[in-house]
Amino acid sequence: MSTDYQTNEAKSLLRRVLDSDIWYSFKKSKVTMVAAGVALIIFLAALLAPLLAPHNPFDLASLSLMDSLLPPSWTGMGDPRYLLGTDDQGRDVLSTILYGSRISIAVGLASVAFAAVLGITLGLVAGYMGGAVDAVIMRVADVQLSFPAILIALLIDGTISGLTGGVNREETAFTVLVISIGLSFWVQYARTVRSSTLVERDKEYVQAARLIGLHPFLIMLRHVLPNVMGPVLVIATINLALAIITEATLSFLGVGMPSTQPSLGTMIRIGNDFLFSGEWWITLFPGALLAVLVLAVNLLGDWLRDALNPKLR
Amino acid sequence: MNTIKLMLSATALTSVVASAVAAETTFRYGFQGSLGSLDPYSLSETFTLGTLTNVYEGLTRRDENLQIQPGLAESWEIIEPTRWRFNLRQGVKFHNGNDFTAADVVFSANRVRSEGSDLKARIPTDAEFIAVDDHTVDVVLSSANPILHSEWHTWMIVDQEWTVTTDSVQVTTAADTSVTTISQETNGTGPFMIAEHTTGVETNFTANAGWWGWNGKAPNVDRVEFKTIAADATRVAALLSGEMDLVYPVPPQDIGRVESNAATSALVGPELRTIFLGMDQARDVLTYSNVTDANPLQDVRVRQAFYHAIDAVAISARIMRGQATPSALMLAPSLFSGSGAFERLAYDPELSKQLLADAGYPDGFEIQLDCPNDRYVNDEAICQAVAAMMARAGITVNVNAQPKAQFFARVLAAGGYDTSFYLLGWSPSSFDSWNVLTQLHGCRTQNEGTGPFNIGGYCNLKVDELAAQVLVENDAAKRDELIAQAYKMTTDDVAYLPLHQQGLAWGVSEKFSVAQRADNIFRFSLITAAK
Amino acid sequence: MIAFVIRRIIQSIIVIMVVGLVAFVMFRFVGDPVNQMVGLETSIADRELLREQLGLNQPLIVQYWHFISNAAQGDFGTSYQYRRPVSEILGERLPATLELALVSAIFAIAAGIPMGVYTALYRDSVLSNIFLTVSLIGISLPSFLVGILLIFIFSVHLQWLPSFGRGEVVDLGWWSTGLLTATGLKAIILPAITLGLFQMTLIMRLVRSEMMEVLRTDFVKFAKARGLKTRVVHFGHALKNTMIPVITITGLQFGSIIAFAIITETVFQWPGSGLLFLQAVQNVDVPIMAAYLLMIAFLFVLINLIVDVLYVVVDPRIRLEGS
Repeated sequence: MSTDYQTNEAKSLLRRVLDSDIWYSFKKSKVTMVAAGVALIIFLAALLAPLLAPHNPFDLASLSLMDSLLPPSWTGMGDPRYLLGTDDQGRDVLSTILYGSRISIAVGLASVAFAAVLGITLGLVAGYMGGAVDAVIMRVADVQLSFPAILIALLIDGTISGLTGGVNREETAFTVLVISIGLSFWVQYARTVRSSTLVERDKEYVQAARLIGLHPFLIMLRHVLPNVMGPVLVIATINLALAIITEATLSFLGVGMPSTQPSLGTMIRIGNDFLFSGEWWITLFPGALLAVLVLAVNLLGDWLRDALNPKLR
Repeated sequence: MNTIKLMLSATALTSVVASAVAAETTFRYGFQGSLGSLDPYSLSETFTLGTLTNVYEGLTRRDENLQIQPGLAESWEIIEPTRWRFNLRQGVKFHNGNDFTAADVVFSANRVRSEGSDLKARIPTDAEFIAVDDHTVDVVLSSANPILHSEWHTWMIVDQEWTVTTDSVQVTTAADTSVTTISQETNGTGPFMIAEHTTGVETNFTANAGWWGWNGKAPNVDRVEFKTIAADATRVAALLSGEMDLVYPVPPQDIGRVESNAATSALVGPELRTIFLGMDQARDVLTYSNVTDANPLQDVRVRQAFYHAIDAVAISARIMRGQATPSALMLAPSLFSGSGAFERLAYDPELSKQLLADAGYPDGFEIQLDCPNDRYVNDEAICQAVAAMMARAGITVNVNAQPKAQFFARVLAAGGYDTSFYLLGWSPSSFDSWNVLTQLHGCRTQNEGTGPFNIGGYCNLKVDELAAQVLVENDAAKRDELIAQAYKMTTDDVAYLPLHQQGLAWGVSEKFSVAQRADNIFRFSLITAAK
Repeated sequence: MIAFVIRRIIQSIIVIMVVGLVAFVMFRFVGDPVNQMVGLETSIADRELLREQLGLNQPLIVQYWHFISNAAQGDFGTSYQYRRPVSEILGERLPATLELALVSAIFAIAAGIPMGVYTALYRDSVLSNIFLTVSLIGISLPSFLVGILLIFIFSVHLQWLPSFGRGEVVDLGWWSTGLLTATGLKAIILPAITLGLFQMTLIMRLVRSEMMEVLRTDFVKFAKARGLKTRVVHFGHALKNTMIPVITITGLQFGSIIAFAIITETVFQWPGSGLLFLQAVQNVDVPIMAAYLLMIAFLFVLINLIVDVLYVVVDPRIRLEGS
């Protein structure tokens, strides 16, 4: 996993994946295959929510308070139109879950992408430039670590809604979440990339590239990235699970998605109010789906880490 | 501030000393908010003031039914239209042993109107307090005022000598950098004394055995422990698990659970707070709407359309689970004798569409509804339900739910009334219609004190005229007639869209019974231990 | 070495100050503090007066300078809500948070390390898979839900453990502890589990992977070849070598423990600094917010520095950057 790649930079990622033992290890682990299957199903269901969902929970005119708090239909006290029951506003729980997982996954993916891009860039810059730039970036990283997503989100959300007066909260909430969750994750990428860059920086090919007039940055990027791809992929997968959970946690503090555009976390937060009163279905179904989704992604991350770690093979 | 509480050794000790001594009764309760400053003039807020009325007392009190009763003043009379005489209770002592005299009343009257006090409005600025003798105080007014003492149960009397010697004359404000004694300790005349106070966490009270109101009997409970429990679920759990004897508020959906639990029951009652929607009628163009060249809400037909689109009965039944009463007026019916003559406009989405079409909006329009999400019972859920109902009448409502800190900063006068459509709750602090007519319906003018909470900027000069007459009318029947006329105008104008009076819900242990007052003030002296 | 430490400290102070400034700018938009300090019926004139007295009309940079220069002298201002010095209130609340963090860290280590060792030694056993999966489920639910479920089961249904608060506390000088009373010990169980669950899973997985790597290194193989007992090899050599990264990570998790304490403290009404901070955000209590953030940043930078220095002490091969 080290020097071979420098001469084979043309090799595509897919090619390398298939060449490695990853595919073999994937087929060997039943747990991983199940996790991948479950994750795939949830991702697809979320993607196709508008097609699959029996109702559109965002179409306010279709909601009726008189249909609120209906239990799941199989309990005999519900309504056949609502398989998993309805929430306090009369929204179909099944449809809301489908739409909600779409939002949760979108927040997760976007914040991981944001963190990865930011972290890789800063790590590369820090490692390559060294000196003062490196020191500044790494000290910022230190302090960053002391401000986890929850604190950042509270501050950013407060600021944004103070600035906008809360207008278009449905749109800003997504951005706030992606930025605050993403900001708390970038350090890991930056540190990984930086250390790899430090190793590469003094290698001859970088000197050579400079001599022939190529921008050293481009060269670095093309050489460093393949080296760190494995760790970055592992971090990203585990972060995805963490991001989805963090979003849910933030909704508890009132800085998650608004209740008119609920994510799974928002639904759990709303359902929390109805736990003692016996309307368990409002919390249980989104909670279970969230747990299964995060579990599947985590298992994939686990497997990926073991599979990409040559020492463990 | 923390006190050593070695419970184990304490109980061990008492059991050794004497078993003949009757067991102390301790009453534990939890509320969602916390006690800030202990200075009774620092913050005009129901919970802070209400809790402090167990420690300090005013010249008047209010009983379980909110009727004005003698407090530190045994009696009073209006000896001239502009001169009131208060006869003070004799033999009353502050907790530190000082005698309560007329000088304390005069001192308190000056202090409550001094700079930094948040309760200045309790007494007219030009009212003059004169100590006739040690136990008589005259109040001289510049004009007649039949409701002078209506809010005096939360204007508490402090001890002049103690306040002066502890350097606490200046009312504690947030701007103070030095900590004054009166903001952290108390010295009242009331039935309970504060023993320990941990800011924002807990406050413990012990009974004042020498209180005049016990009438020679032993205090009902020896100790009251208050703890802040902010999260709804945790608060309800603390009651159900037997850790607390009283918690409030109990969310409407959990009332059934509290009732079904053998050791607890729910105490529910009407509250005075009216929850309503307000509409911007002042601006010529709405700020938060897709109609950019006019203000549709200035047209009474549009306001009627809004009204007809909302099913307040469904909101009360479903969102509030029956713990609310749909309201036709902007105040609780119990506060106005003529309220029976008013009825809500019917829920009729078809009529709404018709009215909108008549007003020139056959396809409806879009508007933002500003809403707090941590202030009133199920506030955000109410707004969401309203949005769904109005969608059926063709009006697209975007709910903007914010924490109260941000919500109030925008919509109130200080934020420039920055809203087009909003949800608010109001309970008249004087329990009187005049408050509602001036604060919510009075035309906003440059003058201080008129219509400060009239966020929508409704203005009908005839209503203002009637309110002015109501203020000085001493005859109750005539006064009610004037009030009824004013309400007729405001409801015909659809000045507001009243929704309901939210209910009070307390969860109480079977071990005690308590008195619930409609203003949500909890009086310790009315606790009784079950058998 | 000393030059390195000094440079790091200076860099860190600058970064903290910049972060403080950014936070300070943000506070301005969280809401209007004056609104939270007065009753609804207070006149605009009185509000303006208060704003003036608080210095809220001054330019932001001036306010910030006041804050920083006072903070340097240990004065963090007066809380808007409670009208008491922030340093006093934080001093009251900090022990609760630190105790909770400590107990949950102990729980995480005490449960995480054995489980990690077991799953590393018996990779494919049924129990290992159960450990791995169950611990993952624990972190696949948001912690507030875990907390509420625990309350629901252990407080409301079984009535074994209290649902909120710290129980009885004993003052030891300026420190208040709940660990010396029966009610205090009972009260800390549920919050500590809720808070420690995530760290436990993290430690377990870390120990597992480190252990698996160490077991493959030559020196463990040599030890085995020398005929040492398996147990001695596993615990005397392998586990010992996994401890350095475990301790480091646990130390560096400080930030997230403190942050998640906000959630746990809210669910359990635990009277610590996290709950204080959250309420300060809701009530726009700027002095408390600022002091809390500064405290967190300071503590964290300190821990980071100690970890870095320890690295150098433990392993001289590590080259200090720039020295």
